[in-house]
Amino acid sequence: MTIEVKNLVKKFGSFAALDGVDLKVDNGELLALLGPSGSGKTTLLRIIAGLDWPDSGEVSFNGEDALAQGARERHVGFVFQHYALFRHMSVFENVAFGLRVQPRAVRKDEATIRARVKELLDLVQLDWLADRYPSQLSGGQRQRIALARALAIEPRILLLDEPFGALDAKVRKELRRWLRSLHHEINVTSIFVTHDQEEALEVANRVVVMDKGRIEQIGSPDDVYESPATAFVHGFIGESIELPVQVDGGVIRLGDRPLQLAAEGLAPGASKLFVRRHDMLVGPAGSGAFEGAVQHVRNFGPVQRAEVALSGGETIEIDAPRDKELRAGDTIGLNPRRYRIFAG
Amino acid sequence: MGLTLSWLSIIILIPLAGLFLKSFELSPEQFWNILSSRRTLNALRVSFGLAFAAACVNLVMGSVIVWALVRYRFPGRRIFDAIVDVPFALPTAVAGVALTALFAEKGWLGAPLAALGIKVAFTPVGIFVAMIFIGIPFVVRTVQPVLQDLDPEIEEAAGSLGASRWQTIIRVILPSLAPALLTGLALAFARAVGEYGSVIFIAGNLPNVSEIAPLLIVIRLSEFRYADATAIAVVMLVVSFVIIFAVNRLQRWAQSRIPVR
Repeated sequence: MTIEVKNLVKKFGSFAALDGVDLKVDNGELLALLGPSGSGKTTLLRIIAGLDWPDSGEVSFNGEDALAQGARERHVGFVFQHYALFRHMSVFENVAFGLRVQPRAVRKDEATIRARVKELLDLVQLDWLADRYPSQLSGGQRQRIALARALAIEPRILLLDEPFGALDAKVRKELRRWLRSLHHEINVTSIFVTHDQEEALEVANRVVVMDKGRIEQIGSPDDVYESPATAFVHGFIGESIELPVQVDGGVIRLGDRPLQLAAEGLAPGASKLFVRRHDMLVGPAGSGAFEGAVQHVRNFGPVQRAEVALSGGETIEIDAPRDKELRAGDTIGLNPRRYRIFAG
Repeated sequence: MGLTLSWLSIIILIPLAGLFLKSFELSPEQFWNILSSRRTLNALRVSFGLAFAAACVNLVMGSVIVWALVRYRFPGRRIFDAIVDVPFALPTAVAGVALTALFAEKGWLGAPLAALGIKVAFTPVGIFVAMIFIGIPFVVRTVQPVLQDLDPEIEEAAGSLGASRWQTIIRVILPSLAPALLTGLALAFARAVGEYGSVIFIAGNLPNVSEIAPLLIVIRLSEFRYADATAIAVVMLVVSFVIIFAVNRLQRWAQSRIPVR
């Protein structure tokens, strides 16, 4: 099933949750909608599911207008952040719900329903919990049951709203890997919403980065990390150093200091310079584009993180390899291995 | 623990025990004669029958009111929300006088109803109306917090799984509210059975027709037939207790299907 969204606009009062969004999702894709809270990602997901309606714009599934149908007719599996399981039903009945409420004409007989539920519980590896109630399960188990329930109706599309948002870090990591392999197995077009970049980059085939109701970039996880299209994407994904610079006459200045960096093809004016923390190479004083005094050094697993006060007055954090000797009080030179400059 | 038990005994158990002791002054035969007299039986029938009917009406109408108060935002919602408490706060005699004035043959509602041939004041229908009036806040106030806690997402989940609105209500919402609904029903019923003040004004108090059991107790007391009064009281107590116990069991059963979070 392909999904196509055209020029979608949705306002809540004067707040534009979606401000002209265009998106195409291919059949069998696992797509992540990534953005900070308030970026409109959940609103977009809910409109695709039929739980919200846009003010204007189009949504189509396989070329047919989806907005003509309600949530009930769209055959979309939706997984909620807080599971939304039915508390008064056993796990088995929760999963069976979608099959039991089908119109009488197409409803399966009891034996078929039982077999199907069993199959789904096996798929999410929780068949031994069939008779429990949702309140007796852990968060990770509840989310897997919610997923099994959504899959019961054989959805044309699977939508997940911050599926792991309410879980602790360790369970979240396990479930990420599990979701990836599950998607590989069932291969249904899926979109999940997350504010966690690591989650988006690790799980999805393609990542859509959103901010303030607009799409900033669509690309593979490598694309959005390695070649961010906008200043927002660079700042949001990966840990970046951001410095305000001036471009004029082929020279880049930080404050009043010219930087030894190439400025070809850059529009003159106020700009932002972005460098990944680990792309800032440490050298002896006077050797690089920047110079600064080390304030603190802390060790983070494979790297050491140093806070450096640049001579221009800004303070930045860099990640250097552990074998580099850095001490508070040292004056060092810094040279960006890679950097990007965005106007504005 | 000790304090709780002592307090409970002083406030509730000792008076009840006193009631039973008093009724033992009667021989079993006398006891039976009082109870099986036509007037007593009719009074009990009126009290329990109408109270149950009123509680059922309150269950349905109370649910509708709660739904509107919790799920919709409309002008004056807070005022309506406050009005629900009026039957709680209003002295029952005042309520009785007000209802009687309203439903009397020349009253605002009484007159048009009389034109239709329906007489409310001074008939059992009047008792029924008064019982509905005083019972409604019990249903609303017990169900309201539970419905507020009910996540609207579960309705969206049901909808996206293909359930119609009706299926969502029957299969998802009502079962989640069942324990609270039963509690509300029990409370409204218990209150209506014991209601005296608001009922006696509108009832007409015709023996065997519109005489409620609490009134009969008062009449017996004013005739200094204390043992008769306590005999009726004991029956009311036992029946009420049995009904409350049954509802409690039902509620337990409903709750056992929704284990505590």
